Amino acid sequence: MLKYTLIPLLPFISFLVNILFGRNYIKDKAHWIAVPAVAGSFLLAVSAFFDVLGGNNVNINIYSWIVSGNFNVSVGFLIDQLSAIMLIVVTSISTLIFIYSIGYMHGDGGYYRFFAYLSLFVFSMLMLVMGNNFLVMYFGWEAVGLCSYFLIGFWFHKKSAGDAGKKAFIVNRFGDFGFGLGVILIYLTFGSLEYMQVFDKAGSIAGQTINLLGYDVSLVTLICLLLFCGAVGKSAQIPLHVWLPDAMEGPTPVSALIHAATMVTAGVFMVARCNPLFSMSHTAMNTVAIVGGVTAIFAATIALVQNDIKRVIAYSTVSQLGYMFLALGVGAYSAGIFHLYTHAYFKALLFLGSGSVIHALHHAGHHDEQNMQKMGGLKKYMPITYKVFILATLSITGIPFFSGFFSKDEILWRAYQGGDLGKFLWLLAALAALLTAFYSWRLIFLTFHGTFRGTHEQEHHIHESPPVITVPLMCLAFGAVFAGYVGIPPIFLEHGDRIGEFLAPVLGHPEGHGSHAEEIFVILVSIVVAVMGWLIAYKMYIRNTELPQKMETRFPGIHRVLFNKYYIDELYSKTIVQPVLKASDKIILGFDTYIIEGIVNGVPELIGAFSRKFREVQTGMLSNYALVMAIGAVCIVGIWIFLK
Amino acid sequence: MFSIGVFGFLARRNLLIIFISIELMLNSVNISLVAFSHYLQSMRGQILVFFVITVAAAEAAIGLAILIAYYKNNPTIKVDEINILKG
Repeated sequence: MLKYTLIPLLPFISFLVNILFGRNYIKDKAHWIAVPAVAGSFLLAVSAFFDVLGGNNVNINIYSWIVSGNFNVSVGFLIDQLSAIMLIVVTSISTLIFIYSIGYMHGDGGYYRFFAYLSLFVFSMLMLVMGNNFLVMYFGWEAVGLCSYFLIGFWFHKKSAGDAGKKAFIVNRFGDFGFGLGVILIYLTFGSLEYMQVFDKAGSIAGQTINLLGYDVSLVTLICLLLFCGAVGKSAQIPLHVWLPDAMEGPTPVSALIHAATMVTAGVFMVARCNPLFSMSHTAMNTVAIVGGVTAIFAATIALVQNDIKRVIAYSTVSQLGYMFLALGVGAYSAGIFHLYTHAYFKALLFLGSGSVIHALHHAGHHDEQNMQKMGGLKKYMPITYKVFILATLSITGIPFFSGFFSKDEILWRAYQGGDLGKFLWLLAALAALLTAFYSWRLIFLTFHGTFRGTHEQEHHIHESPPVITVPLMCLAFGAVFAGYVGIPPIFLEHGDRIGEFLAPVLGHPEGHGSHAEEIFVILVSIVVAVMGWLIAYKMYIRNTELPQKMETRFPGIHRVLFNKYYIDELYSKTIVQPVLKASDKIILGFDTYIIEGIVNGVPELIGAFSRKFREVQTGMLSNYALVMAIGAVCIVGIWIFLK
Repeated sequence: MFSIGVFGFLARRNLLIIFISIELMLNSVNISLVAFSHYLQSMRGQILVFFVITVAAAEAAIGLAILIAYYKNNPTIKVDEINILKG
């Protein structure tokens, strides 16, 4: 039991120590506390994983959190197949990224602060994953959001970073509001927040409806949609995806850990965790699938034309998260989680690789260190980074026998089986896979191939990052290549889909039937699109480098729309942000000047007015005082006599 | 005698006269205290008289001291013209 408690507790201790003693005592030795803490929880997580593998699921309550009448909530942990996998993903990637940060954040003024926040994040994420009831999950959910805010705005002296942090926080608030309502509705419906009790009773509410604004809505659909609201916000799906690309203002390890590998997958995890509820509602499932599919292709189109290296990867993350939701929506929960797991490795690798590039360019005195148009030819200066980048790209584009291939293919195959809607979504996803291949290779070609497009002086100073950066990259590259081998499709290897079988007790077996021929067709299509994406990118960025320019002038409208991300930010700014700001300006003017200031200034003014009146009593005339005294004495005597 | 004191206290404008009026009031109280003490055959009243005399002496000393200090700065003892404590 102590073992399970220690998993989240170690990072929390590291947070406390670093935040309390960091500024004055620990300073740039913060990693000596943070790295062992998170590595310790990784080892414990591995041991917990083997416990689960041995059939030892754990569901324990550590501490009574809230006891109020019938409302009982404990802080408790549920370690089953699903959370065991998540534990491994979160802690292993955290450990590598912590090590990477030692090199990347070296010499930063807020070094101790960085590690403190990262530790707090890991703690919150572990609480989210390990909790055995909705309130603990909600706690983790909000806490990771808070850490994300801290870390996006880590370089708070940059206005854009501060703004991005606020944006992330506020956009998430929209989603979390829905999630909060969902949790409340779950409590009202089931009278409990514990997963096990809720899921046991889930069958009893089938067909129940609830009256909402005059319409009868299926209760379970409503609960699922509210929960999904939270997932949309946290996992940056349409229409709440706008915060994630801006979140790239944070340091690169943060982008890798929080905005690619772990936190943004919380939504996927949550939906998978609540699969007994979601499975009961067709409407909710279809919503999840459609939102996922549309996001996958939508974000991929934006990624085609972005020039900021981190933004391309950020949109790629949004797109891949779309894939995961697509999988969940068609009922292939384990495929979604499988993709989450492989994606965590190759996406963290892509981010850390781009971080390595940015780091190198920054040290070479490059001023526009994230703009790919100013890079090029880095292959010969940064061979290790280049190689791991290639591996990650092969994986994300779904080239056979890299991990991304297995998980992506699983999703495509499950989608293909899902009826008409599924076929349509499969088409979207396959198209998105083509785009993914294109923009991933475009990134590589622009960054590493061709000739350097900065100054000669800068080129001279570029060199490979130190081992503290490259070693975690290599470890992640190992994961990016081999993580998929736990889920080989049965068509290639009998009982190859070990992760699916492992997760089956929690997530169930996906339904769906299809012949081998169809499955091979789906696999072939995904291989073809992956290769095609590479070919097009190769043609445009290696062979015929004027072609992108020509395309841009040929289709200026499309390029402009994509480059400006479909003007979604502008749309939100016009329709939501500006009116709210204007209205609050008015309200502030009225409320603040008349009510708040009225109270604050009014009270002293009233006292002042009284005292001005009463001051006149003090005439300074002795005779007046004497008269008043005499009258007073007479009155007192009079009253005394009268009362007798 | 007490009434004469009160009248003097209220009506006159000269500070010295006001002091004398206060003494007048105190002494009128003393006389009545002694008279009642004799009438009631109790020594309490007479003891109180000693206290009153003591307090009166102290009060007169302080009052006159203030008066002199004031007079050195502003050569007047007319209460009408003393209003530096006006709020």
